[in-house]
Amino acid sequence: MRALTDVVSFAPASPEEILRPPQPWFVLLTLLAALVANMAPASGVFMALRPDFLAVVLLYWCIQAPRYVGVGTAWFVGLVMDVADATLFGQHALAYAVLAFAADYFRRRVLRFPLWQQAVQVAVLLVATAGLVLVVRFIGGAPMPRWTYAAPPIVGALLWPLLSVLLQRPQRPRRRGDR
Amino acid sequence: MAMRPIPVDAPAFFHRGPSPLARLAFFGLLSIALLFADTRYRYLEGIRQVAGTVLYPFQRAVEMPAEAVAWVGRYFADKAHLADENVELRQALTAQAPVAQAFPQLREENDRLKTLLDLQARYGNTGRAVEVLYTGRDPFTQKVFVNKGMQAGLAPGEAVLDDRGVVGQVTRVFPYMAEVTLVTDKDQAVPVKVERSGVRSVLFGNGTGRAPDLRFTAPSADVRVGDRLLTSGIDGTYPPNLPVAEVIDIERDTGQMFARIATRPLSGVDRSQYLLVLGQAAAAPARPEEPADSDVVKRGRGRGRRG
Repeated sequence: MRALTDVVSFAPASPEEILRPPQPWFVLLTLLAALVANMAPASGVFMALRPDFLAVVLLYWCIQAPRYVGVGTAWFVGLVMDVADATLFGQHALAYAVLAFAADYFRRRVLRFPLWQQAVQVAVLLVATAGLVLVVRFIGGAPMPRWTYAAPPIVGALLWPLLSVLLQRPQRPRRRGDR
Repeated sequence: MAMRPIPVDAPAFFHRGPSPLARLAFFGLLSIALLFADTRYRYLEGIRQVAGTVLYPFQRAVEMPAEAVAWVGRYFADKAHLADENVELRQALTAQAPVAQAFPQLREENDRLKTLLDLQARYGNTGRAVEVLYTGRDPFTQKVFVNKGMQAGLAPGEAVLDDRGVVGQVTRVFPYMAEVTLVTDKDQAVPVKVERSGVRSVLFGNGTGRAPDLRFTAPSADVRVGDRLLTSGIDGTYPPNLPVAEVIDIERDTGQMFARIATRPLSGVDRSQYLLVLGQAAAAPARPEEPADSDVVKRGRGRGRRG
């Protein structure tokens, strides 16, 4: 019963709470799930609004578990995304590598803020990454995308609080009464 | 539960490998090299094929729930709706009956004429019906993915149609799926002719949400608003006389070298669910060599043009 109430309580961890290191398989699983979510078929409005789940999850692990997920991992995951999307080889890889670097730079500061303020900072990072992709594609001769191009990073940032709470669940320290 | 050993790592300031900035520089340069190799030389198609095959099961797994929902939806489809559709289809069938009845006779006649003229059929009955799996996620391009690939004998360069006209062209083929670049993709070119006057031109896509236009057409060319554009077939990619687009706006400015002609695709482009892939047209004979004497003339004039 205790475990159930534990799961149901969705309060985010306070900055003072020390989280245990995540299990590597959990990190891998969440990245895989995000990749699958990215590949899910969509059309119309959903297509235009669909955030880059992989970028948000990567960002989370770059901030929370920098020893497991860094620039190199992000780059490789980006390559996989390039294949899945049939975009230019190296486009997502470059974007994710820059995102991981920025995350490493801001890591210690971001976590001091409440979740919604973290989301604002995440929005800035995601928009900057989308801008980088835009520049890369422009150089490659692509046309200007529609204005909806700006939507996915914003939606991704709005997802940040929810994803943070979900992803940090297994790392929350057990209370004294457990086990 | 056994106690998990506490991770004993050296403090962070002892060993962390190269700094994040160094890593970023390394991977950043690697990405730029990849981007360059992909845009300029297309070296990486092999890697893409292999990786695409590995990812395929995941993609199918993701699509399954959506397919299941669609199936259930079809199962409980409104009976009245089906009856309506039935009536509509019957009417369409009746309307097409005269054409269908005349067809065998026409084909026979055509075959005889072709034999007389000793012509090769430009394309056989090699159409393969495919279904669109999903539209490409890349917001910069206009692509869809279809459910047949190498397995069904699809090849890059084949024309793709729907029931109203040309949709695009197969550009990449994976073992179980294929990528179709739509006519609206930026700089996707389709050689066309005006149905009414026979004026030849080339239709270029302009990217998402923008009308494709006819380029390199003189302001004086015989093109009017409402003209239908058919494939001209001179490229050997698209079979001739397939409807492509309709002219919706013409801007003639005699000061300009070419007229500005906006068009609207006749096919559903990215809205059609079922498409037809037409086999490659018979290879056109090689371009004739330039006569030797003309070469001499050109050289005499100075720099000859590369052909």
